[in-house]
Amino acid sequence: MNALRRLYFLAVALFLAAPLLVVAGVSVNEKQDLTFPPRGFSLAWYAQIFTDPEWRAALFHSLTLAVCSAALAVLIALPLAWFLWRRIAPWANVFQVLGLAPFILPPVITALGFLSFWATLGLFGQFFTAIVSHAIFFVTLPLVTLSLGFASIDRSLVEAAATMGADDRTVARTVVLPLILPYLISGYAFAFVLSLNEYIIAYMTIGFTTETLPIKIFNALRYGYTPTMASVSVFFVAVAALVFGSIARFGDIRRLLGALSSEDS
Amino acid sequence: MRREPPRSPADYAPLAFPALMLIVFFVVPFSIMIAVSFFKRDPAGFYKPDFVFDNYARFLSAFFGEVLGFSLMLAVTVAACCIVVAFPFTYLLTKRPRRVQTVWLVGLLSVLSLSEVIIGFAWSTLFSRTAGITNLFVAVGLMSEPVALLPTFGAVLTGMVYQALPYTILVLYPALVRLDPTMTEAARTLGASPMRAFFNVVVPALRNTIVATLIMVFVFALGSYLLPQILGRPRHWTLSVLITDQAIYQSNMPFAAAMAVFLVLISLSLVGLTLLVGRRENAA
Repeated sequence: MNALRRLYFLAVALFLAAPLLVVAGVSVNEKQDLTFPPRGFSLAWYAQIFTDPEWRAALFHSLTLAVCSAALAVLIALPLAWFLWRRIAPWANVFQVLGLAPFILPPVITALGFLSFWATLGLFGQFFTAIVSHAIFFVTLPLVTLSLGFASIDRSLVEAAATMGADDRTVARTVVLPLILPYLISGYAFAFVLSLNEYIIAYMTIGFTTETLPIKIFNALRYGYTPTMASVSVFFVAVAALVFGSIARFGDIRRLLGALSSEDS
Repeated sequence: MRREPPRSPADYAPLAFPALMLIVFFVVPFSIMIAVSFFKRDPAGFYKPDFVFDNYARFLSAFFGEVLGFSLMLAVTVAACCIVVAFPFTYLLTKRPRRVQTVWLVGLLSVLSLSEVIIGFAWSTLFSRTAGITNLFVAVGLMSEPVALLPTFGAVLTGMVYQALPYTILVLYPALVRLDPTMTEAARTLGASPMRAFFNVVVPALRNTIVATLIMVFVFALGSYLLPQILGRPRHWTLSVLITDQAIYQSNMPFAAAMAVFLVLISLSLVGLTLLVGRRENAA
């Protein structure tokens, strides 16, 4: 029975890891060929991400987009989650539904909505439109983690502070904020990683004027193969593993996911 | 601090910014898209304001029916494959020590967050002639020479299962991790084998969860827009691919919008169905 379970886990792990292992393999090929096992060994394709002006620009665009849009998503989610926790206002749940909706619907739909919106305004193709679009699309993630964070606050702590004479603002700054900080950081991190990887919305808002890394990979893919795609892919996997690994190291990722997914469904 | 109803307009202040952002940048774009679906196509620009049903009438063509049928069939197949693999896996995972669970969850999240572009590229490499899995088969003597395994339906299906599997496991995880362990213990005490306890106790107890997850994964798979393009032939294109294609390459925004509205209706009715199934489970 135990052996059977091991075999099963191994099969799932292999299925999930196999394509990434092959990509990691071809990324160290010495020549510009798509061969596995790799011939020779070279890290030149990793250096390319930073030295080639086009890849470096795409990396820069992607990072700017992810940093800004995740921050904006948190800025939208934080007051909303706080309000829903602090006040009894059933109709305000409408905004919670609006915050969850873009994430549940197929992404093509949201992307098309943004495309028609920015085109109608005549702002189509400007970089900030992608930041706003990503922030709205990924607002679900900080909203869910923050709602979870607020729900975990022991209300008697807050009450004690209020009895001692602290007003709402002081309570928020000295009691509430430190307690929800881990949830705020995980919400930001989730939005950051997903924004970094997002293709269709970035493509439909700024795809004609600017290349982010996923757009650059897809465009390059259409003209054939360059090993830099492989090295960038490995870079992406590493960033995701690093971010989620840190969340697991410093927080309780099991609890975060136990609630995250049940809120989703 | 107890929750209180807002008393003065100032109490509503925190809501202002999120509400404004969500209305201006989600509700308005969504409404514009619905409006555009009734507009006329303008070959020179994007579209001309109008009120016509032409874009919806195109759904009645045999071509559209084929694409829709294929999209639904593909999404159902992906969802079924994912549940069959993920349900027993997630159940076993929740029985492992916390550390093991954490490592798996980090790995699953990392795969789930990967761009569709990267998943498509990775599988196209694994299925290629020069760097693909068939080289391994040749090395162990199963095949005489390496072949390309794409573009095929199997490649599209594999890529989409790969994309949806971590999602399925993470949707199932909360329900399974909270499952009362005394249920299976009782079955085991009464002499059931672990396998029997799983199929006769765990599966029936979570029947509604399974159905709800199936629908969630189905909607998730409907949204796949790149994998059919990278791993399949044009006849493997789904509704999502077609929407992108019409909007970007054919510059037919009104038709793309009409298809998107249609896709919203399918997804929303299915998500509504999940909520209904979930409610019944809570009531029971």
